[in-house]
Amino acid sequence: MRRIADIDIDVPILALPDNLVSLADGRRGFCGVIADVQASATVGGLPASELERRLLEMGFVEGARVEILHEGFIGRDPICIRLDDMRVALRRRDASGVLVRADIAR
Amino acid sequence: MSALDLRPEPAVAKAAVRVALVGNPNSGKTAMFNALTGSRQKVANYAGVTVERKEGRLTAPSGRAISILDLPGTYSLRARSPDELVTRDAVLGRLAGETPPDVVVCVADATNLRLVLRLALELKAVGRPCVLALNMIDIAERQGLEIDAERLSRELAMPVVATVATRRRNIDVLVDQMERQAALSAAAGADAWSEPSAGQIRALHREAERILKTCVLPPKRPDTWTGRLDNVLLHPVGGILILLAVLFLMFQAVFTGAQPVMDLITAGFDSVSAAIGHAMPDGLLKSLICDGVIAGVGSVLVFLPQIMILFLFIIILEDVGYMARAAFLLDKIMGGAGLHGRAFIPLLSSFACAIPGIMATRVIDNKRDRLTTILVAPLMTCSARIPIYTLIISAFIPRRQVLGGLSLQGLVFFGLYAVGLVSALAVAWLVRKVFWRGLAEPFLMELPAYKAPDPLNVARNVLQRGQIFLQRAGTIILSMMILIWFLSTVPGAPAGAPGPAIDYSFAGMIGHAMQPVLAPVGFSWQMSVALIPGMAAREVAVGALGTVYAVSAGDGATGALGGVLAHQWSLASALAFLAWYVFAPQCASTLGVVKRETNSWLWPIVMFVYMTALAYAAAFATFHVARALGGG
Repeated sequence: MRRIADIDIDVPILALPDNLVSLADGRRGFCGVIADVQASATVGGLPASELERRLLEMGFVEGARVEILHEGFIGRDPICIRLDDMRVALRRRDASGVLVRADIAR
Repeated sequence: MSALDLRPEPAVAKAAVRVALVGNPNSGKTAMFNALTGSRQKVANYAGVTVERKEGRLTAPSGRAISILDLPGTYSLRARSPDELVTRDAVLGRLAGETPPDVVVCVADATNLRLVLRLALELKAVGRPCVLALNMIDIAERQGLEIDAERLSRELAMPVVATVATRRRNIDVLVDQMERQAALSAAAGADAWSEPSAGQIRALHREAERILKTCVLPPKRPDTWTGRLDNVLLHPVGGILILLAVLFLMFQAVFTGAQPVMDLITAGFDSVSAAIGHAMPDGLLKSLICDGVIAGVGSVLVFLPQIMILFLFIIILEDVGYMARAAFLLDKIMGGAGLHGRAFIPLLSSFACAIPGIMATRVIDNKRDRLTTILVAPLMTCSARIPIYTLIISAFIPRRQVLGGLSLQGLVFFGLYAVGLVSALAVAWLVRKVFWRGLAEPFLMELPAYKAPDPLNVARNVLQRGQIFLQRAGTIILSMMILIWFLSTVPGAPAGAPGPAIDYSFAGMIGHAMQPVLAPVGFSWQMSVALIPGMAAREVAVGALGTVYAVSAGDGATGALGGVLAHQWSLASALAFLAWYVFAPQCASTLGVVKRETNSWLWPIVMFVYMTALAYAAAFATFHVARALGGG
């Protein structure tokens, strides 16, 4: 597996299945396939279901390929994602509900 | 395309076909709107909201009139911002004062179909006749992207037209399809829309994905430039440096590039005013025409160069696709103050003038974020403060070098700028913490592929911005100017009066009445009186001080105004006056534009109250601290 971030950001701890990684914890170069989109925590006052729907509408759906292309200057936040054939920017906090089956490094 | 007839429409018996343009952001929807309607556009606001309503007309080859409504870009009918709410309600025919559209045209970026196909399915479900415009098909062709338009049309059950809006390719075919679809009536039970659940969005997405797989072959020569450019422009260090360079260039262009034209406008209006002044007998009418109307029109037009240059930059950055990158780079910094990443453009422009800055807050979609930015924009040090700062600093701050070669005057000047900037960020932070607690919008934004801007579209959009400013802000600024002229001129001084004429006017009365309130911050009655005409624009206060002192000081003090002030004011009063001007809402035009942009008197009043309170507190503290330190 690629490097997984050990950075300290404000992300609720989720009990993750073995091989799933939250997109919020990935470093630049991290890639994989979205396995689950769940917004279990209320982020920034927005109801969880609302954030989930916004992520879905932006194309963060199960089965979509993601790769972290760029990271912000301060605190490696926000992140720029290649999402299938689009590019999307989002904050790590908002990405915490996107669970990714990471590619195994060759 | 000659098939499009843009002559004034003949009197047709049939009612105009009403078409609504819907699409994702960055799909070339505005270019499509321009290609369809040319210069026959009208920009207004929707009733009761601040969302811009753009409507245009054209005449089909058949002679039928078509009216096109350009709706704000959206990813879904599930509205999340006031703009998207308008789009949804217009499509559903629920918008107050609007006739439901006969046909909905979904404008798609042919190179980026995934999300728009889901939107098209959503639109289809509403039940109105739809057409899909596969825009930017030339770029898709260049990339070797194969789209089976016939199959797509069958899958979506709506006509599909491949277009290039900027080159007017197939626009006539699209118009023809609009007419055909308008003949169909909306399906029974149309508009029965309900907000989709997460599960329904997933299902629609899967359907869109299936259609995409069957109708579109991936590009043979995918765009690699966007990735390569992003490696440089989004680089944590290099990207920031390039952004700073772009911002510096924009700031320079707005700040100094507009100056010659602004000087020309000022000089032009001065000479017109002087010419009329010679031709007319002295009196109230001459004063109204010269000092009220002509000066008022001049003070509206003088903003135009800055606004046009600023919007030229904004529109090009937006069209190229860089705006989203800049917001990405600045999100963390601006977010710390509770502002959106895009707020940097309005705030930076406010260093030149808050008026274009406030107009530029349109780049921020979220209503709360936009309001916060509008509220703090006038705290940035605008160029109209410079004459006042210069006057007071040169009169009171000694020309001395401190800290090993730094000019004390320059340092004070810089300090005033810094105080403005820091207080703007602090107020934004406070507004977010106190008023809109915990309502942080997620930052979720598509970074579009880079594209070369279309010069014609850029020119058209910049001109449109100028026109909107003149129509909306201009009228309100002009009326404020005439009001301030009236207050400073009427009633006139009695014959042989010893004091300056302004002393006898309403402005003089208001100034005198305010004096007891302003005495604790160290303001003399002359300073209080100068604040009233100074509402026209901050720099006018310099002239007003000149009027008040040049006459009241008699013949002995005809020297430079600075010299007079140095005699008359204590250092503490002068510093308090500077502190006042850092914060005070001394600009009626700004308040007028805020009223226009927010469509309510509430926000200009809030702005006036909080800025006056800050100004009073700052001037009070400055005056008393300075006096305690011996500056009395």
